[in-house]
Amino acid sequence: MFKLVVGMLLSTIIFGCAKSNVETINIAGSTAFQPFAEKLAEEFMVSHPEIRINVQGGGSAVGIQAAQTGVAQIGMADVVTLPKEAEGLKSIVVAKDAIVVIVHSTNKIDGLSLQQIQGIFSGKLNNWGQVGGENKKITLVSREEGSGTRDSFRDLLLKDTHLAPNALIQNSTGAVRLMVETDSTAIGYITHGVLSPEVKALKIDGVNPSPRNIRKGKYNVVRPIFLLTKGEPKESVKEFINFILSPQGQKIIADNGLLTVVK
Amino acid sequence: MELVLAKVGNGGRNDARGYLSHRNDTYTANNQEHLRMKSRENLIQFGLLIIALSTIVILLLIALFILKEGLPIILRVGIKGFICSTHWSPQQGQFGILAMIIGTAWITAGAILVSLPLSLSCAIYLSEFSTPKVRGTLKPIIELLAGIPSVVYGFMGMVILFPLIRNYLGGAGPSILTASVILGIMILPTITSIAIDSLQAVPHSYREGSLSLGATRWQTIRMVILPAAKTGILSGIILGIGRAVGETMAVIMIAGNSVIIPKSLLDPVRTLTANIALEMNYATGDHRQALFATGIVLFITIIILNIIAHTIARGGVEK
Repeated sequence: MFKLVVGMLLSTIIFGCAKSNVETINIAGSTAFQPFAEKLAEEFMVSHPEIRINVQGGGSAVGIQAAQTGVAQIGMADVVTLPKEAEGLKSIVVAKDAIVVIVHSTNKIDGLSLQQIQGIFSGKLNNWGQVGGENKKITLVSREEGSGTRDSFRDLLLKDTHLAPNALIQNSTGAVRLMVETDSTAIGYITHGVLSPEVKALKIDGVNPSPRNIRKGKYNVVRPIFLLTKGEPKESVKEFINFILSPQGQKIIADNGLLTVVK
Repeated sequence: MELVLAKVGNGGRNDARGYLSHRNDTYTANNQEHLRMKSRENLIQFGLLIIALSTIVILLLIALFILKEGLPIILRVGIKGFICSTHWSPQQGQFGILAMIIGTAWITAGAILVSLPLSLSCAIYLSEFSTPKVRGTLKPIIELLAGIPSVVYGFMGMVILFPLIRNYLGGAGPSILTASVILGIMILPTITSIAIDSLQAVPHSYREGSLSLGATRWQTIRMVILPAAKTGILSGIILGIGRAVGETMAVIMIAGNSVIIPKSLLDPVRTLTANIALEMNYATGDHRQALFATGIVLFITIIILNIIAHTIARGGVEK
């Protein structure tokens, strides 16, 4: 018993105080930007071994909260406009992310108008025949309430129309894509960065969501990705943000499917 | 010396004190050794007691925490508005979980319907017909089903059951039916192994008596053994229900998670657990409280199920 207690105490001390002179930066928030942040952190730590970067997900709301409370030195948020919870935080846009409406690759439809998309996602149009496709029921796939992608999709496309309650809800971009990949009547929305050959990104009002059109601003279903810091950031944090905005960092972002903000 | 020993006696067992008063003057080395061990034993016993109590404390803390976080929103919306409303849209301030309660009930009932015939026949075969050797191999294998991570079950449902159901029955794939089939398989080991144990617990004289009266093997099982093992099987079913109600990951993947009241078995539904897991990441303020309140409803459901299971099991023992 005594040995056990001593062992527990010792291990707490050892694991709790395993500090050295390595500086740690915590980053938390948007799950859409998380994989990019991880790659960027990996590259950054190669050239800066004295800095350790922990990247965590949690969602945009968590990112804002973590930056406000100081739990994370940098919060990530992928929202169209920053909510009032983010008041007082310093924000910088490090990348942009397009949202595309996807259908199964065998679907005859290539594009929809904004009204048609609103009609379909609000449940008023529930058959592909109503928008010029085959006579089949439409299966809606959406993200869960509170998701940054869903909020952006609502702000950019749905506007005042409400999502139909019978939409299937999946809690990650990958799961939405999997549903659409395997169901020839499904329609969903994901970020442009994770398109796969089994799904087709639809033209919206005739504009193809090609990388060129997105970069030129023709395809405008685009949301910014914010990094948030509380007050003036520390030297190491500044260095990391500068790295993201440097040509090397922006190349990592572009290579993995997001849009760069710096020319 | 005597003081120390008396202390040990006081702090520990009565028999130690009795022991002391009897042999007050005639200590032997043996005695001292005995008492030292006794005091060590008491210390260990006390330590174990503290550890055992701490699990209860943890349970209490969890209950308190959930109540503290979730009760305010229930009080604000009203129990009726919370449990009897189907409008769940937290960003518009609507917190009704009726659709999810119904969804949970449907999926759980479906899972039991799928699982019961399978697990019962499995248990009857393994307990009454198979040789001990076959039973010794098959029972651990069935129990292995319980060890497969639920995310694997969910994935199997997505890639195997979705296309099957979509192509042959219609609908989108995620539905009450899909979730019931997968959950039915997941609770199979729970019900089967408890049913086997309770069938085996039926005294052998019952079987001999029935067979000697001229009953066939099937008649013996149906009219003697099953009724005798009824309580054990029932508590197994209730534990299975508990597991089905609490399952989260697999259900999120295969139930569709739409907040609607289902009209057919092919409609998607959202369960209580799925609701919490889906939205917890993002929830703040009232939304977060509403998810904790969903947790309260689940907690109470599970407590009630466990109480029922225990009452049934105890009834079985008394008989």
